Amino acid sequence: MEVVVFSLLNGLLYGLLLFMLSSGLTLIFSMMGVLNFAHASFYMLGAYLAYAMGGQIGFWPALFLAPVLVGVAGALVERYGLRPVHANGHVAELLFTFGLAYLIEEIVKLFWGKQPVPYRVPDVLSQPIFTLFETTYPAFRVFMMVVALLMFGVLWLLLKRTRAGLMIQAALTHPHMVGHLGHNVPLIFMTVFGIGCALAGLAGVIGGAILVTEPGMAHSLGPIVFVVVVVGGMGSLTGAFVASLLIGMLQTFAIAVGASIGDLLRLVGIPVAPHGELTGITLAQIAPMLPFLLLVLILIFRPRGLMGARET
Amino acid sequence: MSDLELRALRKSFGSADIIRGVDLAVPAGERHAVIGPNGAGKSTLFNLISGAFPPTSGEVMLGGERISGRPPYEINRRGLSRSFQVTNIFHNMSVYENLRCAVLWSLGYRYTLWRSAAALKDAAERSREVLHLIGLDHARETPAGLLSYADQRALEIGVTIAGGARVILLDEPTAGMSRAETDRAVDLIRRVTEGRTLLIVEHDMGVVFGLADRISVLVYGEVIATGTPAEIRGDPRVREAYLGEEAA
Amino acid sequence: MTAIDRALPAMRPVGVRSSPLAAVAPWLLGAAILLALPFVFPSRTGFTIMNAIGINVVFALSYNMLLGQGGMLSFGHAVWFGLGGFAAMHMMVAIDKLALPVPVFLLPLVGFAAGLLAGAVLGWPICRRAGTPFAMITLGIGELIAAAGLMFVTVFGGEEGIKGDRVVGPMLFGLDLGPQGGVYWFIAFWVFAAALAMWAFTRTPLGRLSLAVRDNPDRVPFIGYDPQRVRYLVFMVASGFAGLAGGMAAVNYEILTPQIFGALTSGNVLLMAFIGGLGAFYGPILGAVLIVLMQSMLSDYTEGWQLYVGLLFMGLVMFAPGGLASMVEGGARAVRRGDWRERAPAWASGALAFAVLAAGIVLLVELAFRAHGGGALRLAGLTLRPGDAMGWIIGIALVSLGAGLLRLLTRRGHDGDTARPA
Repeated sequence: MEVVVFSLLNGLLYGLLLFMLSSGLTLIFSMMGVLNFAHASFYMLGAYLAYAMGGQIGFWPALFLAPVLVGVAGALVERYGLRPVHANGHVAELLFTFGLAYLIEEIVKLFWGKQPVPYRVPDVLSQPIFTLFETTYPAFRVFMMVVALLMFGVLWLLLKRTRAGLMIQAALTHPHMVGHLGHNVPLIFMTVFGIGCALAGLAGVIGGAILVTEPGMAHSLGPIVFVVVVVGGMGSLTGAFVASLLIGMLQTFAIAVGASIGDLLRLVGIPVAPHGELTGITLAQIAPMLPFLLLVLILIFRPRGLMGARET
Repeated sequence: MSDLELRALRKSFGSADIIRGVDLAVPAGERHAVIGPNGAGKSTLFNLISGAFPPTSGEVMLGGERISGRPPYEINRRGLSRSFQVTNIFHNMSVYENLRCAVLWSLGYRYTLWRSAAALKDAAERSREVLHLIGLDHARETPAGLLSYADQRALEIGVTIAGGARVILLDEPTAGMSRAETDRAVDLIRRVTEGRTLLIVEHDMGVVFGLADRISVLVYGEVIATGTPAEIRGDPRVREAYLGEEAA
Repeated sequence: MTAIDRALPAMRPVGVRSSPLAAVAPWLLGAAILLALPFVFPSRTGFTIMNAIGINVVFALSYNMLLGQGGMLSFGHAVWFGLGGFAAMHMMVAIDKLALPVPVFLLPLVGFAAGLLAGAVLGWPICRRAGTPFAMITLGIGELIAAAGLMFVTVFGGEEGIKGDRVVGPMLFGLDLGPQGGVYWFIAFWVFAAALAMWAFTRTPLGRLSLAVRDNPDRVPFIGYDPQRVRYLVFMVASGFAGLAGGMAAVNYEILTPQIFGALTSGNVLLMAFIGGLGAFYGPILGAVLIVLMQSMLSDYTEGWQLYVGLLFMGLVMFAPGGLASMVEGGARAVRRGDWRERAPAWASGALAFAVLAAGIVLLVELAFRAHGGGALRLAGLTLRPGDAMGWIIGIALVSLGAGLLRLLTRRGHDGDTARPA
C-alpha cells in the first residue's frame, strides 16, 4: 500500500514535470512542424538562470523573471536562427535545433562548469507539508504539482476561450491555412516559440530544484519529452497531459515493482529459471527503455498518437 | 479489347462524392481526351487510375487485368504511366539522370546494387533516345530544376514515357505555356504517343480537338458524353454544360 | 514533410563523359596519401590519431549514405556501429579461445555482416516512415539499444565492456597487428576498400534511385519503384558499412563498452558528416578528419573545443549547408571556369572577416572559461585576465567587426561562392 501510494505520488510528480516541458513543445511542433531538439535545453537554461538570479534577487522574483528571459531567448532564436533556416526544409530545422541543444549545453558548461550547482528552494518550500506512512512530503513537490496544473488550466482556457487561442488551434490542425486568414504568421510563430520556451524555462526553475541542476539535465529529459509529444499526438494539449502522466506512472511503477521478467512469466504459468540472463532482468532495469519502446510502437502503428488531430 | 477500362468508378472524400460512377473504355492505340469544367474531378480520376489513391468502389482494368487497389509502382510496372499537372520531376538531378532513373525498372534492373548504372548499355541507349525525342540533347547534364518551364514540361513527358508504358496518362501537359510552346508540346505528344494508348486531360480546346480521336466530357464526377470531336462539338448537352462558356 | 529538402545540396550531376583518368585520379591520390602518412607522422600519437580518423571516415561515409544519398536523418547510427563492433569483438575472442583459423585482418567483414543483418531486421519497422517520424524512430531505437546494452552483460560486458586481443589467429599479408603502426595498415586498407565500395554503390541503379527518392519521393512510385523499399535497402547497406567501421574500432581499441551505443556517438557522426558536407562524396571524409583532429589536438589546449565544434556546426547549418565540401566545390568551379582570379579578393576578404570574427569568439570563450577557474589568458605577450574589462572589450569589438564585415560582404554578393553554394 505504502509503495503504491508513493509510486502514485512520484509518478504524478514526474508526469507533471514532463507535462510542463511537453506543453510548450507540442505547441511548437504542431504549429511549426519543428521538432525542437533544444526544448529541454531551454528547460536547463531556466534552471541555471533561476539559480544565478536566485542568489541576487531571491527565489520568488527569479521564478517569474527566469522564464521570461528564457522566453525572450527562445523568441530571438526563432527570429534570427530558425526562421532563416526554415526555407531549407524540415531536415535543416531539425539539424539547427540539434546543434542548438549541443551549443546550449556547452555554453552552460562555459559559465557554470561541468559539476552540478547547489540550486535549492527557499526554506518555506522545503518544509514538510504532510506526513504519510511516517514519511514526510516536502511542500515544494506540492507546489510544483499546483503550478503544473495551473499551467494546464490556463493554457487550456487560453486555447479554447480567446481569439488568439482559436487562431493557434486553427494553426494546429491546418497549418497551411493560417496564412490565408490574413494573420501575421511569422509573428505568431515567434510568439508561440517564445512562449513554449518560457514554459520550458518555468519547468526548469522548478524541476532544477527538485532534480539536479547540471549540464546533463537537458539530455536526460529531452528524448523523453519527444516521446510524450508523439504519444500524446500532434496539436493536443490534453493528449500531452495524458501522455505525460502515463509515462510518468509507467516509469515510476516499473521501478517500484521489483519483479523480473522471469517472475512475470511464471506468474502466467510459464516455468522459467528466475535468475537467467534474460529472465533475471527486472522491470526496474527495463523502466528507462519503456518510453522509447512506446515511441517506436506509436510511430509505426498509430502515427496520430493517442489524441492527435493528424499524423506526426 | 479495351486497353484501359473504368467500371462504375466512384470516389468519395468523407461525404463529398468527387467521382460518381464513371464508365469509360479506351481501345488500344486511341488518343482519348477528358475535358470538363474546373472541379469536375479530372485530376481525381487520374489519381484513381494511376493508384495514387484507391477508389471507393468500382474497378480499373488495364489490358483486361484489374489494377485498382494496387500501389502506384505496381500499376506502373504493368504498363501504365502518368504525368502530373504540377511539374513533378527530380529537380536536383540532371536531365539525363531523370530519364535514366525512369527507364531502369522497365529494363529489368530492379534494385540492382552489383552493377554500375553507367555500364548499362540498354538503359543509356533508351535514355538517349528519349532525350532526343523530347529535344533536350543540349541540356543533357543540366540539373532539371534549372530548365525553363517549357523544357521542364517536356522532361515531365519524357520521364512519363521513358519506361515504355503502353498506356500514357497526361495531366494538362500544356498548362501555362505560350501559343508557340503549346504547338511544340502537341507535336511532341503526338510523336511520343505514336502507337500507344493516351488518356489526356487538357483545358486548351485547340489541343483537345486537334489531338484526340475521342473525347469524354466529365461534369461533377460523371461522364455526360463520349464521342468523336465532331460529335462532342455538336452535342447540345455538352454545349450547355461546358462548351457554352467558351464557345460563346 | 517537404519532398525536397533544399538544405541538402544535390550530389554533383554525374559527368557521364568524364575521362577514365579523371575518375581514377582521386583514388590514386587517396592511396598515395594513405601510403605517405605513416612516414610524415611516424610517432605513436600520430598513429593513434590517424587510426581514429580512419575509423570515423568509414563511419561518417556510411552516415552520408543515409542522409546525403537517401535523405534519411538518423539520430541512432551508433546502433549499427556498435553492433558491428561487438560482433567483431566476440569473433576476435573466439579466434583466441577456439583457435579459429580466421585472420583478425578480416574482422571488419564480420562487423559488416552484423550491421547489415541488424539493419535488415530493425530497419524493416524503422523504414516504414520517412522524414521527421523516421528521425524520431531512429532516436527511439538508439535509446532502446543504448539501454539494452547495459542490461545484457554477457553480450556487451556491462560497464566494463568486452576486451579482446588482436594478436591472435593467422596473419594476413604478413602484417603484425601488434604495434599501432601495424594497425595503421589494417585501417588504411579498410578505409580505402570501404570508401571505394561506398562510392561504387552511389553508381549502381539502387544508388541512383536513392538520390531520386531523396529528391522527390512522391514521383518515384510512378516510375515503377517503391520508395519505401529503396530506403530500406539503402538503410541496410549503410548499416552494414557502419558495422564495418565498428569492426575496425574493435580491432583498433581492443575494448568496447556499451557506451558506444550512446547518443554521443550518434551525434558525433552526424556532426562529422554535416560539417564535412553532404553534397559531395568526399565531404564526410573532410568532416571526420577535422573533428577527430579538433578532438585530439584542441582538447589539449582548451576546455571549449566542443563549444567550437558546436559553433562551427551552427554556422554551417545557417550559412553554408553544403559544409566544407561546398567551399572546395566552389573553388574548383571557379578554377574550371577560369575566373578564380577575379573572385580571389572577395574570398580573401571573406576569410579575413571570418578570421576576425573567430578570433573574437575564441577570446570571449576562453575568458569566460577562466572566469570561474582563475588563471589568465596569455597570448602573444599579452596577458588578459577575466577580471579586467580589457579582454572582454577587445573580444566584443572583434566579434562586432567580423560579423559586420561578413554581413557587408554577403550583402554585396561578393562572397557568393563561399557563403552560399549554388
